[in-house]
Amino acid sequence: MSDATAPDGSVLAADGTPLKRSLARSLRLQKTRALLLVAPLLIFVLVSFIIPIGAMLFRSVENSQVADTLPLTVAALQDWSPEAGTLPEEPVYAAFVTDMIAAVEAKEHTKLGTRLNYEQTGMSSLFRKSGRRIKRLDTESGAPLKDQLIAVDKKWGDVETWATIKTHSVRYTNGYFLNAIDMQRTPEGAAVQPEDKRILLKLFGRTLWMSLAITCSCILLGYPIAWLLANLPARKANLLLILVLLPFWTSLLVRTSAWKVLLQQQGVINDILVWLGMLSDDGRLIMINNQTGTIIAMTHILLPFMILPMYSVMQTIAPSYLRAAKSMGATNWTAFWRVYFPQSVPGIGAGSILVFILAIGYYITPEIVGGTKGVFISNRIAYHISSSLNWGLAAALGAILLAVVLILYWAYDKIVGIDNVKLG
Amino acid sequence: MAALTPISRKPLGFVLPVVAAAGGLLGLFVGTANGSGLAGILIGAALVAAMAAFFILVLKNEGLARWIAIGGIALLGLLFAGVPGLVLGAVFGLFFWWLTYWLYEGRYRARLLPYLTPMQVLWHYTFRIICGLIFFFLVAPLVPVVWLSFNAQDFFTFTPEMLRFDPEGYSLKHYRDFFTNDAWQRSFKNSLIIAPIATVISVTLGTLAAIGLSQSHVPGRRAIMAILISPMIVPLIISATGMFFFYSDIGNFLENQLGLDKSFVGYVKVILAHAVLGIPFVIITVTATLVGFDHSLTRAAANMGAGPVTTFFRVQMPLILPGVISGGLFAFITSFDEVVVVLFVGSAQQKTLPWQMFTGLREQISPTILAVATILVAISIVLLTVVELLRRRSERLRGMSPG
Repeated sequence: MSDATAPDGSVLAADGTPLKRSLARSLRLQKTRALLLVAPLLIFVLVSFIIPIGAMLFRSVENSQVADTLPLTVAALQDWSPEAGTLPEEPVYAAFVTDMIAAVEAKEHTKLGTRLNYEQTGMSSLFRKSGRRIKRLDTESGAPLKDQLIAVDKKWGDVETWATIKTHSVRYTNGYFLNAIDMQRTPEGAAVQPEDKRILLKLFGRTLWMSLAITCSCILLGYPIAWLLANLPARKANLLLILVLLPFWTSLLVRTSAWKVLLQQQGVINDILVWLGMLSDDGRLIMINNQTGTIIAMTHILLPFMILPMYSVMQTIAPSYLRAAKSMGATNWTAFWRVYFPQSVPGIGAGSILVFILAIGYYITPEIVGGTKGVFISNRIAYHISSSLNWGLAAALGAILLAVVLILYWAYDKIVGIDNVKLG
Repeated sequence: MAALTPISRKPLGFVLPVVAAAGGLLGLFVGTANGSGLAGILIGAALVAAMAAFFILVLKNEGLARWIAIGGIALLGLLFAGVPGLVLGAVFGLFFWWLTYWLYEGRYRARLLPYLTPMQVLWHYTFRIICGLIFFFLVAPLVPVVWLSFNAQDFFTFTPEMLRFDPEGYSLKHYRDFFTNDAWQRSFKNSLIIAPIATVISVTLGTLAAIGLSQSHVPGRRAIMAILISPMIVPLIISATGMFFFYSDIGNFLENQLGLDKSFVGYVKVILAHAVLGIPFVIITVTATLVGFDHSLTRAAANMGAGPVTTFFRVQMPLILPGVISGGLFAFITSFDEVVVVLFVGSAQQKTLPWQMFTGLREQISPTILAVATILVAISIVLLTVVELLRRRSERLRGMSPG
């Protein structure tokens, strides 16, 4: 009864159920099986990668430290506004002393000082000092705590100090993001940072500029190689491809240390130039610890990522097009530029986005050969995570960087397709 | 390739100027090294042109000419710059001999299409030279590292003894240091613990997921793929930061609540973090292999009564094995070569080889790094060979499989 039909005309499967339902069930089964196979990995990646990054990015807006440590003060400060230019009233000071005693008890006041110190220098020492003396204040007799606190440190008599506390008492702040683009959160709203503190926008600009420079030099160096590989007979091309893949497989640190050996002032390149008499001994080139060093080393490191996608695109371009163009009278250049080049553009696009994405987030190589002038935004993020401990700012910088990368990733997906990435 | 183009001898008026130009270029370098660039150009050009004329007009014996060219120029090199000059001179002598006859006999056209114009021929060879220089840029930086790793001194630079090829200038002491120094050995051991385990995790999970993804009806395939590939795309520093916070919480939980050993927890953290980083590579390579996989084979197996597990291990696995292994090698090298994440997630006990190199490069520069680098280059050559062989095998298998 394999091709039986039901009374209403629908086709039945072997077991008598309508074929439509039977097919739907089998499709559902297939989908479930596929999902079950994917599920372990998907959960693993989600839990240990996507969620941690999300949580890290959340730190860029999260700011409950002030509100948690000084709850009464924050409440009391509600009615006070720094614009008037007068100090807060006695209740604020009283609330602050109560909060502070609790904070010292829980050893939270130094952390708060560190947090506020990112916004205004001197806050860390102010909180430390006040924390030591807060217990000695006379809270019983009813003498104004305002005067006592100002006696502990003059800064408590400063409108600025209270304005900083109030400004950063919100639980979710845009302060870190403003800091990340060289602005700051002030009582009057967002304002530009003072001249001497504006470094991050410059660093973003430099990261973009240098990544672009690296991408361009990779295109310039990668295109001829990809062309050569795509137009040689397969056996020769495979042999030459090994020369491309060898650096690709070699450890990043090996290549970075190779450039350190080559580029430093007593390094191989300078030695050869001096030996050839092209440089005097005291006129050695400075090629390391600056932008030149970073660009050269990273071009070398990322070049295979440019060549491989270009090569795989150029392999698909039939050589007969070029011959046809030439047979119809095109010069070599016209044939290349009008016929071959347009067909190879997808390869350039794929390689460029890949190299740019990798370059913009690089950390190790700039750290070793970049000195102070050749570092990227990633090095700044690492600095804020491990040295200055300003995690909120690091998260904000990371969020901006990630946004740029994700836009490029999306573009890559549109142009090339994620599943078309090839390795080796 | 086109049929062999007939070649003919070229006039001296073409050969001599070209050879002289090449000689002049070399002369420029020798000249600047010895005081006068201009004199160097003239002497070099005259010398090489005279040599070429002598070979062509008088000697007329190609085999003998080679030894004269090598010997003569090597001797000149020895006079100017000692032993390194001798070696360079021999190389250049061989080159000039080859260039002279290559041009004179017209051999340079033998492999080209017969109808090319001289300009096209010139461009063809210029392009080859440009490509050669780029290949040089790709591979040459590794040479000084390997060479310097045998330095007898504790320098990152060449000593005069090394350039004279004096055995005194060479030693294996940096290798000895690597194999005896506790810090290096511990980090090497850590790398050998962490990388394989991370690889096994990412290969197992990754292969399963790739098989799932390659089925015809997967809801949200693109989104899942994007999430699984993302560890490769997200800048390492961001991944590292995220994992830093996540794994310090996890670590605290494991240590305090479950009472696990601190160093064990440290390894678990680093291994899991590295496993995530390796996953995209496994997914990409295995999916690529599965594209060519003929699904009727599994159906045929099922038809003959094999269960899904048997089908997987007896039919599917052997066919996609090359992809799985090369994905695994990628995952291995990712973990083996990773610094940023381990720097953030691990503690000093989990110091890996790249971490040790990184601190070495940043702080106290010891040439042991170069010895390690050489060993790593050797390892990567082995891995590259394995991947290449696997790729060929996979292509062969795919060519044989029906469909």
